[in-house]
Amino acid sequence: MSRVLVGVKRVIDYAVKVRVKPDKTGVVTDGVKHSMNPFDEIAVEEAVRMKEKKLASEVIAVSCGPTQAQETLRTALAMGADRAIHVEIAGAEYETLQPLHVAKILAKLSQDEKADIVIVGKQAIDDDSNQTAQMTAAILDWPQGTFASKVEKSDAGLTVTREIDGGLEVIKTKLPAVLSADLRLNEPRYATLPNIMKAKKKPMKKVSAKDLGVDLSPRIKVVSVEDPPVRQAGAIVPDVDTLVAKLKEGGHV
Amino acid sequence: MATALVSSSRQVGRLTNAVRRLYSDVYPKITTHYTIHPRDKDPRWKDISMERVAEETDILIIGGGPAGMAAAIRARQIAEEKGAEVRVTLLEKAAEAGGHILSGACVDPVALNELIPDWKDKGAPVNTPVTSDKFGLLTKSGRIPIPVFPGLPNYNHGNYVVRLGHLVRWMSEQAEAVGAEVWPGCAGAELLYRDDGSLKGVATGDVGISKDGSPKDMFERGMEFHSKVTIFAEGCHGHLTKMVSNKYNLREKSEPQSYGIGLKELWEVKPENHKPGLVEHTIGWPLNKNTYGGSFIYHLNVEEGESPLVAVGFVVGLDYVNPYISPFREFQRFKTHPYVKPMFEGGTRIAYGARALVEGGWQCLPVPVFPGGCLVGDTAGFLNVPRIKGTHNAMKSGMLAAETAVDMVLSGAATHETGATPTEYEEKLKQSYVYKELKQVRNCRPSFHTSLGLYGGVAYSAFSTLVRGKEPWTLSHGGADHSKLKPSKDFQPIEYPKPDGVLTFDLLSSVALTGTNHEADQPAHLTLKDDSVPVKRNLAVFDGPEARFCPAGVYEFVPLETGDGQRLQINAQNCIHCKTCDIKDPSQNINWVVPEGGGGPAYNGM
Repeated sequence: MSRVLVGVKRVIDYAVKVRVKPDKTGVVTDGVKHSMNPFDEIAVEEAVRMKEKKLASEVIAVSCGPTQAQETLRTALAMGADRAIHVEIAGAEYETLQPLHVAKILAKLSQDEKADIVIVGKQAIDDDSNQTAQMTAAILDWPQGTFASKVEKSDAGLTVTREIDGGLEVIKTKLPAVLSADLRLNEPRYATLPNIMKAKKKPMKKVSAKDLGVDLSPRIKVVSVEDPPVRQAGAIVPDVDTLVAKLKEGGHV
Repeated sequence: MATALVSSSRQVGRLTNAVRRLYSDVYPKITTHYTIHPRDKDPRWKDISMERVAEETDILIIGGGPAGMAAAIRARQIAEEKGAEVRVTLLEKAAEAGGHILSGACVDPVALNELIPDWKDKGAPVNTPVTSDKFGLLTKSGRIPIPVFPGLPNYNHGNYVVRLGHLVRWMSEQAEAVGAEVWPGCAGAELLYRDDGSLKGVATGDVGISKDGSPKDMFERGMEFHSKVTIFAEGCHGHLTKMVSNKYNLREKSEPQSYGIGLKELWEVKPENHKPGLVEHTIGWPLNKNTYGGSFIYHLNVEEGESPLVAVGFVVGLDYVNPYISPFREFQRFKTHPYVKPMFEGGTRIAYGARALVEGGWQCLPVPVFPGGCLVGDTAGFLNVPRIKGTHNAMKSGMLAAETAVDMVLSGAATHETGATPTEYEEKLKQSYVYKELKQVRNCRPSFHTSLGLYGGVAYSAFSTLVRGKEPWTLSHGGADHSKLKPSKDFQPIEYPKPDGVLTFDLLSSVALTGTNHEADQPAHLTLKDDSVPVKRNLAVFDGPEARFCPAGVYEFVPLETGDGQRLQINAQNCIHCKTCDIKDPSQNINWVVPEGGGGPAYNGM
């Protein structure tokens, strides 16, 4: 049976209106409601279902971030993960944390914990990077099944149905493998109060990136963050000729 | 003969079905919540196990606002002092502590000073001492200043402007630090009774029910908390408080509660318009003399490098009579006044929200105790209207309730088997400044109900303040807010100005700022006792006031899919838990119940 490592990220709640900081270095996060990245909820749910189907023996939830990341891990534990690892990264280091760092961390943890499957959400809703799963697989030299909308056990490993632009693609991978969860993979269960209470007793280990030998210096620098341009009013044109003229005028064609 | 009977009964059956279909075409089914359509008779729930996990706690607190948090902190403080084991559990429906808190707020620190004297050292976000008070009567184009001096209820020297959501969040940390259990994202949904009728505890809401009322795959029952004393701290017009008040006749001798709706925005303003510590109130325009209400503008201190922050808001008394009033649009309109507008020039709105507030005062106080528990804070109705303050009374009442509750738990008077009534709490309230204050100002708010309206109210309030509330009579509010609404035929629709998107805004972009959301696939928590009443009565007689008084666009009258006529559409996802609809519905047909925990607004320091 497999051991599953699930990566979860604490992000600004998807319903909250995000505001750019006046100094344009980022967005306002102080006091703003955060929750688990929705795609990561789906990843946790899939891992817990694997355990319920006896395809997995243990589910380990991992999150990289400041102290509050522990709340996100508690949610994963409440959903059914067995134990959690909090990779404590705070302050300036957390501001410049990038998918490459997380991938290296997950890769190291997968080896230390002898995981057979690593599953994360396909992308985080704050940076929309869609890189962590792919980079983790490359570092580990493991096969990857990304944008998974269905994961089934096969004799040799896994059969993964992937949501791609043209439709659905079915691939087979051996184990160990890295998966990333897409929207239609499953519908996550609620983390209900009795389970949240039980989750308080489940083990949570704290480690640092240094402990894992991962260098957190950023490879990418954010130059500025700005609001998208305000939508301009449109104009109704009387005929096609006017439309073409206006498009040429505006330099669009 | 028999055939004739059968065929005629079949015809009756066909006729009944046709009428039912016609009726539901004209009045489509809206409500699917189990409080209106019980599940024990519903075939879709036949095989679902309805068992619940139960936990025992000593003191259960429903609601994590200033009252609830103060109660939790005080209870654990006393337990620690006495070296006793007292389990304190607090349930809060917002996803994070402070998430559903909305208030001006200008706070009298008297209660906080008593609860946590070293609050400043402990980093309480109370950073803006009031430096000046301004009060004025707005006319259409001008302002008549009204002096504020010591002795008047709105004199704020010694008080603080706070972002109450942040203060509550800090209180939550303090509560956990002294050993209280705080569970956000947990909605108290059902009351549990013992055989003798006393309150046994509260059950949290079920999750995983589909929009049509059927169980989903991930359906899970809520859990039960059995407690020795249950303290209800739900804030203004709590839904469990509503049930408990009915069950134990707590409002038998009280006048119906009276309310206002408060809308609020946070603005980043230009530094030259920012005067930290300035507390400003206005009355008058844009409301007419017969509509109670007014505005507040509070300037907050901010940290180095942060943008200057101003909290601006508007209150409309929910006893208004004109069904065409839209409190939201009155608020937006207010900002265009020549005295107000310059303050916000070049500024950015960063937050919006709304909440009902309790205005009834003394005459409307319920009996605050019953077998098994008690009411604290705004859910009991301790807001002092002339002072425009309720937080200090909320906290003090929470502390008094906690003292009584811990006493009863430790003395054995309150156990899991007996629902003792915390009568000592009521006694303590009567001796405290909470009741003394409320009694003193009892006649101010009702004095606005005469035909002299605003002017009568201000004049009388000045008199009552002068005699310190010692006049030997007590004025009445004259009935419940919802009964005051007059038919739309007596009024004309109000021409509100169009929002400009810079100073004034449309409703939906405002709702987006609240960060509110609910799981879409759940029964609407705005339940209707009768699905046909909104169109049959509210629309017909009052021209659909719910579409106007809801500050979140939950209620919309839309054309029927087939045929003429309209139906009510309930956009439950937009709800910001303000409770105004439950209060002001002229047919009292709307019953607000709690949605799945964690849903609702995501206010940040409102």
